[in-house]
Amino acid sequence: MLGYFIRRLLAAIPVMLVLALSVFLLLRLSPGDPAVIIAGDMASPEQVASIRTALGLDQPIYTQFFIWMGNMLQGDFGTSLISQTSVMTMITQRLEPTVSLALAAIVFTVLISVPLGVIAAWRQGSWVDNLVMSVSVVGFSVPVFVIGYIVIQVFAIKLGWLPVQGYRSLDNGFGEFASRLVLPALTLSSVYIALIARMTRASMLEVLKEDYIRTARAKGLGERLVLFRHALRNAGVPILTVIGTGFALMVSGVVVTESVFNIPGLGRLIIDAVLARDYPVIQAIILLTAGLYVFINLLIDLSYAITDPRIRY
Amino acid sequence: MPKKTMLKQLATPRFQKTALLAALGMASALSFATHVQADTTVSAVMHSALRSLDPVSSSATIARNHGYMIYDTLIGLDADLNPQPQMADWEVSEDGRIYTFTLRDGLTWHDGSPVTPADCIASLKRWGTFDAGGQLVSNHTESLTALDEKRFALTLSSPLGDVIGLLSKPSAVPAFIMPENVASIEPGQPLPNQIGSGPFRFIANEFQPGVKAVYERFDAYQPRSEAPSGTAGSKEVFVDRVEWIHMPDVQTTINAINSGDIDYIERTPFDLLPLLEGNPEITTDVLDPLGMLTVARMNFLNPPFNDVRIRRAALLAMGQEDVLAALVGDPRFYQTCASVFGCNTAISTEAGDESLTSGGRPDEARALLEEAGYDQTPVVLLQPSDVATLTPQPVVVAQALRKAGFNVELKQMDWQTLVSQRANQSPSSEGGWDMIFTNFGVDSFWSPTINMLLIATGTQDSWFGWPSDPYMEELRTEYAMAESEEQRKALAEAVQEQAMEQATFIPLGQFQNVVSWRNELSDVVEGPIPVFWGMHKAE
Repeated sequence: MLGYFIRRLLAAIPVMLVLALSVFLLLRLSPGDPAVIIAGDMASPEQVASIRTALGLDQPIYTQFFIWMGNMLQGDFGTSLISQTSVMTMITQRLEPTVSLALAAIVFTVLISVPLGVIAAWRQGSWVDNLVMSVSVVGFSVPVFVIGYIVIQVFAIKLGWLPVQGYRSLDNGFGEFASRLVLPALTLSSVYIALIARMTRASMLEVLKEDYIRTARAKGLGERLVLFRHALRNAGVPILTVIGTGFALMVSGVVVTESVFNIPGLGRLIIDAVLARDYPVIQAIILLTAGLYVFINLLIDLSYAITDPRIRY
Repeated sequence: MPKKTMLKQLATPRFQKTALLAALGMASALSFATHVQADTTVSAVMHSALRSLDPVSSSATIARNHGYMIYDTLIGLDADLNPQPQMADWEVSEDGRIYTFTLRDGLTWHDGSPVTPADCIASLKRWGTFDAGGQLVSNHTESLTALDEKRFALTLSSPLGDVIGLLSKPSAVPAFIMPENVASIEPGQPLPNQIGSGPFRFIANEFQPGVKAVYERFDAYQPRSEAPSGTAGSKEVFVDRVEWIHMPDVQTTINAINSGDIDYIERTPFDLLPLLEGNPEITTDVLDPLGMLTVARMNFLNPPFNDVRIRRAALLAMGQEDVLAALVGDPRFYQTCASVFGCNTAISTEAGDESLTSGGRPDEARALLEEAGYDQTPVVLLQPSDVATLTPQPVVVAQALRKAGFNVELKQMDWQTLVSQRANQSPSSEGGWDMIFTNFGVDSFWSPTINMLLIATGTQDSWFGWPSDPYMEELRTEYAMAESEEQRKALAEAVQEQAMEQATFIPLGQFQNVVSWRNELSDVVEGPIPVFWGMHKAE
């Protein structure tokens, strides 16, 4: 297992290098000049040139790349061109809200979708099954921002149970922290609940037809044991894959939810950085996200061995 | 377990009751927890996110507003656009060349050290590098000299009539006074600190670029005794803390103020205004009656708009009402105005062209195009897709130009791409452009000296579009030198006529922004910029 882990980590290095180079080149080739943006309306060409020099943007692209890579390997992700703040500080500030939101959403997703999928498979063809499948179609079809506005209207504005927007860190107390995560997490999880409920149902249907399930029932095991210990565990590998990649997708794709609920997370940071041509911030976030994908995929692969004893590395 | 047992358990009244009570209890507890906050914190959603903290090198309006929170200016501008002493009083020598400024007592930086003439001199030099008005003063400056611990002198090479007006103007870049070591920073370099002498202190460790900026009252600030008015008068602060929050989604902003999560919205989206006007807990009002002017600018360097007849044809093709209806929609908050200085100001005049305010004259435009031999060279209009207040104008104008016989190409892009492309002086076929649109506060347009779109010195110092018009420059210089109101008015009228004749830029109408605040706030100060001094918040 340890050897496999190390091999996978080593294999990630060329992936990250190619990605770093691609991102770097794409950004330099895209239209928009940060120096012009920073200089403002009345800047003379000399002032723009002076800013470009100060930012190191007048260097050849390969020099800029090697300087950036060299700094990054030493843990220095650079400074935002626009706010002059450390990129690492900006990412750290934004990582917590996004990870908190993604974790809360994944908890909602797992708690709701897996039982729903299991019950739908168990009662295949019944009204429960039809209801779960219909609701999952709605979850797929309705855009996240629409769901967001609906839950805000109902739970925050009409009922006044939860806040409309914003994020508070755990430092402000668990109540403050959790209350502001409930609605966005519910909203963000809607599509994943639909996806994973369907996935769980499909996997369970396959497994429930297997001989060992019939054997388990024949020897008198209770239905709950059959479903959750024998069937769900065997159906778990594809479900785990979707949950794992779902988490990575949530971290990198929460921008709509973050905007609707005004959560200052990574999604908003990268959109702002792209619009402002803030190269160091964009590069760092893309690399971070890619690293997260690689890491989560590795964790998913390792988790197979835990859920399915037949898989060994 | 029998097959239906699990579902039956979920359906029992006891289970449902317990679940409902648990959910209600948790929701109430969480709801209570969220509404605990300090009473004298004002949460404000500003029109844009604060990212750059340098209000002199950045032309962003939000950076300017940040500057007014933490810095002060020598001269303030009251709500009637009259300069008033703020940090300093002044005297002018009889020959109009020497301005002596005397700093008032009690001015200190946020670190406790006193404000000195050396700080003011370094700040004025920096301002002269970045601002059009500052450049004008700088070009006429012979020397800036400290006289003693309180006084310094600005000596001009020749008299310049509007120095005090330029020092007091709130846009585009006000003459903020910074500590000497901050004002000496080179362009492109970050400011070493955010120490000012203004009524608020910037709380650096709570700053999240693009998300939140936090200010606390500067307790040692010595306000003036006059009533607050615009950027002049008392800047006494009655709240402990102000938080500027950026919300990218306008519907979320409306929800937040309706629910009491925030106290103040600097610019309320016009289409969502009815959602607030029906709420008795919220006040909506126009605090800057002059508002903003939306304008079109053509590129003077390349065909077809290097021909004045074709520029005039474009001007004749346009009608302001269509643009304003698309941009604002609600006639309470806009008016047609063909003055290049904006309307309702001391020197505003609409002399020269009425076609803009009467829906345009496409037939005359077509005839002028024929006379000029317009060869259907495509006219490229740049349209920002991500700035709501600049997206409609290009679409409406493109339609008007097509109606008059122009071959129009509308290029959509994000704002920052547009900002880079508009600096390109090449023909539009080689990555340049022919027409762009922008909005300016009337407070930065109201005279020939401060209106940067009237600078007509060609590629050297003019704003994008780079007009070259020696006569306009002559008029602007005469205006700057003029010593009487009559002279100024006459020259302003001449500038207006020349601007219309040359189509230096095209005014497309004036509109006002609507500010919304919860009724817990009172004494919100009127003026061209949003300020948080003078304001009270009920406990």
